[in-house]
Amino acid sequence: MTSTAATPDAVEITGLSKIFNAGRTNAVEALVDVDLTIAPGEFVSLIGPSGCGKSTLLRLIANLLEPTSGTVLVNGKPAATARKEQDYGMAFQQSGLFEWRSVVRNIELPLELKGWDKARRRARALEMLDLVKLGDFASHMPWQLSGGMQQRVAIARALAAHPPLLLMDEPFGALDEMTREHMQAELLQICARTSTTVVFVTHSIPEAVYLSNRVIVMSPRPGRITEIIDVDLGTDRDEDTREASEFYGKITAVREALRGIELAAGPRGIEDR
Amino acid sequence: MSHGVTVTSAGPAHLTRIAQVALPPLVFGVLFFGGWELLVAVFDIQPYFLVPPSDIVGRFVDNLDLIWSAMRVSGANALVGLVAGAVLGAAMSFVLLRFRLLDEIVTPLSIALNAVPIFVLVAVFNNMFAITSEVPRRLMVTIVVYFVVLVNVARGLRQVENTHLELMRSYAASDWEILRLVRVPNAISYFFTALKIAAPLAVITAFVSEYFGGSQNGLGNKITSNLATSKKAEGWAYVGGACLLGLAFYLTAVVSEIVVARRGAVGGTARGRDGA
Repeated sequence: MTSTAATPDAVEITGLSKIFNAGRTNAVEALVDVDLTIAPGEFVSLIGPSGCGKSTLLRLIANLLEPTSGTVLVNGKPAATARKEQDYGMAFQQSGLFEWRSVVRNIELPLELKGWDKARRRARALEMLDLVKLGDFASHMPWQLSGGMQQRVAIARALAAHPPLLLMDEPFGALDEMTREHMQAELLQICARTSTTVVFVTHSIPEAVYLSNRVIVMSPRPGRITEIIDVDLGTDRDEDTREASEFYGKITAVREALRGIELAAGPRGIEDR
Repeated sequence: MSHGVTVTSAGPAHLTRIAQVALPPLVFGVLFFGGWELLVAVFDIQPYFLVPPSDIVGRFVDNLDLIWSAMRVSGANALVGLVAGAVLGAAMSFVLLRFRLLDEIVTPLSIALNAVPIFVLVAVFNNMFAITSEVPRRLMVTIVVYFVVLVNVARGLRQVENTHLELMRSYAASDWEILRLVRVPNAISYFFTALKIAAPLAVITAFVSEYFGGSQNGLGNKITSNLATSKKAEGWAYVGGACLLGLAFYLTAVVSEIVVARRGAVGGTARGRDGA
């Protein structure tokens, strides 16, 4: 990467609020007054109960939604500019592969839209397929792959343009536990090798702790950040990490932060009626 | 799921598979027509009530030229209407995608029209054109096909996965690129679904249109006129011709879908190989 005097933050969010249906009777405060700075190369998870605005926050960073107030800078640029320049890649719970395109042509799509010529994008797509260990499946159609393999193709596609930032919305949510752990380990390796910054939305506490440098705990009504938990499990995380006492310590910390939200909100079903 | 992706096209296995699929309906067909033949013979059923299949086949062979020319008249009407209706319907679905308000007006109307027998309108069209003109019938087929194709293709263009749209927006894709790379490919399977419904419907509409006047030259006319003059076996022979025509149209739609689907998949495979 070219670096000027100081490398800009990967993501810089100040005073961000998002109100859906603003000014109407069914207005929803999805996100209120969020400040968050993410350094380059950092892996940050957003966790919290449904309706806490974690997916909304991710879409605001991606400029798929416009904020009601506040600013989002990605790589030092306004989010809209960053989106137009494809400064980030995105992956969702559904792999979102285009079923009429072969695996390799799925990965080529973002490059095609960037105007790369055919030979260059084919070379890059095959390189990305090797990175996710699916080199033999280039000409397969998506329906011929298992769920975990499809998700790996989606990750390869998100990283195809070598974006500095990867935005992921519960990408492993639909996978079984074993595949999921396997994918988490692979994701860490890939991100370390490509020095990609990641913002990762999840429902799973162990997943958040295993992957992240920081876990952002969020609470609903209105959506906001309630706690930020640093996770120091080192850079070389492997299967042993999952059995380390520090790992369990952090899981407990995140769980307690989430429980704090529930206690503050009062008994379920009563608080907002 | 990771296994079973290799596609074998070994001859014998392929033939066995075809036999497995084809055998039950073939057995049923033989039993059905055999039973019919037997029924007529055993109970000595009179021809004015029910003719045996052997008679029908006989008359079919005797009148092959006449049946063929009637099939060509009805078939041409169905084909012209099918092509015109499909082209117009597909074109209109793009217009509806562009203009929301028009869509809100036209789509409910189209769905409602699909549920009523609008082919009776041919009686009105017959009054508009010369008595020997085939235009009213073709126009009728066009309209029937048009609404089937319009409703389905419009749905295919619109009902795109939300994840696909968000991905395309994250790639900063323009509306035109989303249309070309997501909506149109998504609508192709809807188009062929529509075609498989519309193709036999075009043939049926072409026959039924002949019941409302005009030249006495099509299959629909021949069936009614033969049955009316007590030539039951001839009437049935024309019914057989009608069945063949409907099947031919349906099979054409099915085969064209397979060809298009295979071209897409094969194209991707070929490109994948030369790149690897």
